[in-house]
Amino acid sequence: MSIKTLFTLVFLFFGGLLLAGSGDQHDHGHDGHDHDTHEAHEDHSGGHELSCEHASFGHHGKFDAGATAFHHISDANVYSIGPLQIPLPCILYNNRDGALHMFLSSEFGFDNLGHGDGHYAFNGYVLDGGTVRMIADPEFPMDKTEIKGIIHDDENNAYVCVGDRMYGTYAKSTADFGLFGGGITPFYDFSITKNVVSMIIVFLFMLWMFLKIAKAYKLREGQAPKGLQSFIEPIFVFIQDEVCKPFLGDKYLRYQPFIMTLFFFILGLNLFGQIPFLGGSNVTGNLAFTAVLAIFAFFVTNLSGNKHYWEHIFWMPGVPAWVKTILTPVEVLGVFIKPLTLMLRLFANITAGHMVIIIFVSLIFIFSQNGDSMVGGLGTVIPSGLLSLFMMSIELLVAFIQAFVFAILTASYIGAAIEDHHHEAAH
Amino acid sequence: MQLIFLADFSVIKPDFGLLLWTTVFFLLFWFVIGKFAFRPIANALKKREDDIQNALAEADRAREEMAKLKAENEQILAEAREERAKILKEAMDTKTSIINEAKNKAKDEAQRLVSNAKMEIENEKQNALIEVKNQVGLMATEIAEKVIRKQLSGDNEHDAFVGKLIDEIDLN
Repeated sequence: MSIKTLFTLVFLFFGGLLLAGSGDQHDHGHDGHDHDTHEAHEDHSGGHELSCEHASFGHHGKFDAGATAFHHISDANVYSIGPLQIPLPCILYNNRDGALHMFLSSEFGFDNLGHGDGHYAFNGYVLDGGTVRMIADPEFPMDKTEIKGIIHDDENNAYVCVGDRMYGTYAKSTADFGLFGGGITPFYDFSITKNVVSMIIVFLFMLWMFLKIAKAYKLREGQAPKGLQSFIEPIFVFIQDEVCKPFLGDKYLRYQPFIMTLFFFILGLNLFGQIPFLGGSNVTGNLAFTAVLAIFAFFVTNLSGNKHYWEHIFWMPGVPAWVKTILTPVEVLGVFIKPLTLMLRLFANITAGHMVIIIFVSLIFIFSQNGDSMVGGLGTVIPSGLLSLFMMSIELLVAFIQAFVFAILTASYIGAAIEDHHHEAAH
Repeated sequence: MQLIFLADFSVIKPDFGLLLWTTVFFLLFWFVIGKFAFRPIANALKKREDDIQNALAEADRAREEMAKLKAENEQILAEAREERAKILKEAMDTKTSIINEAKNKAKDEAQRLVSNAKMEIENEKQNALIEVKNQVGLMATEIAEKVIRKQLSGDNEHDAFVGKLIDEIDLN
């Protein structure tokens, strides 16, 4: 169910991109938290004319479930616990002055109980809905400058308003090569973001837990497991016996730490991301995270590939030459598609799950017309809560399943790469 | 649809910061937890598995040994029983033979004693007869002398006659 939802969303997203490319006009749809102004929309050579006249940080009435969902699953330079916004360290780099700026995001002066919109520009950067943007104009003052508001055009470019002057901004560079609407800009963000903080928390927790368990194995050698040790041991043994041993054979001990790391890192972050009101960070549902894991899986697989593995890719034994001309490109593509599917599967499942929950919760706001209709709101609270609970139980399952699937598929890819082919005839 | 397009679906755009930090923390996780936890735990589990396997094998071997020992004991017992029977039989045989021997010996001894006694008796009898014969001869001679001294005057005829008479007396 969650996968289907995500596919729909992704298709719609790509559809939107295509429409944008064809120069269609879009008149509606504004991020619910970004408080932009829409009054000034006019056709203007393929874009829209924006004005700072009405820019402000005040709230406006329209609720947008899709935008809310995207806002909540995205990474941020603030950490939110419930409505409370906690500043995080920013490590920002730009090509223009070549300087590395390090400061706390509290410098942007966002509201402690807001949505991460900074009231100040600092070092030429602004905080827009929890995300840092760089002001494009080199003339913009570098010190702390109060801004009137941030407005967005239909292509999601943000403009900073100081007085009635409007300054364009750069979004941070992304490694999607323009495929998903991002790309390389002069601005790079290496901050300790919400997702990084979540990773640190999960890493430290896992470190504490596993060191404790490893110590227990040392102290209680030859004895039955106890406490935390006996809680984790079945999971550990399950991954060892169902994932590592069947696929990796005799060499399983060599690759086991890698497979275990994948499993427990993904599982830990999946579960951490599901704790309500504790950041709800969507790390495993971020393409950057899954991409790194997939890249590691790619390198571990292909760097351990033996002669047979490469032979099977480039010159499949036992098939006619003309079939090889078809098979070889397919196999070569497969080498890259395998980690790509790993990356997308985890990303899609987790992102979709989170979004569905947010959409279910958003039902309350939609039916209450964002607080205007008490009856609609109260009537939706229980069904929406039940739906969310149902979805969360599924997500709990998905957290384990996706961590397991990532581990088992990686193990199977590595296993195929290191397998000794004693059974040539079978191919 | 426009909503979806317009809102920033940022999770699909991998930003360099997150790529960097994920790499850092994944490597940290892999090397630190892998080295200090996953590997020792796997080794401990493997060791425990081997220990259990060994213990089971050991138990099996012990059981086998026990069975072998039992069989051996039984064999020894049977052998001992056999030995005992043999010894008993031998003892019985010995007893019988000793008794028989003793009996025979006693019989022989008795026979010998009896025959000895008989011989002695015979000898004594002979001696006694000879004595008696001699005594009787002497007594007869004396009697005859007395008789003859009184009746007869010629000694020579009488002596020859008496001698002849003496010889005629059979000792038997």
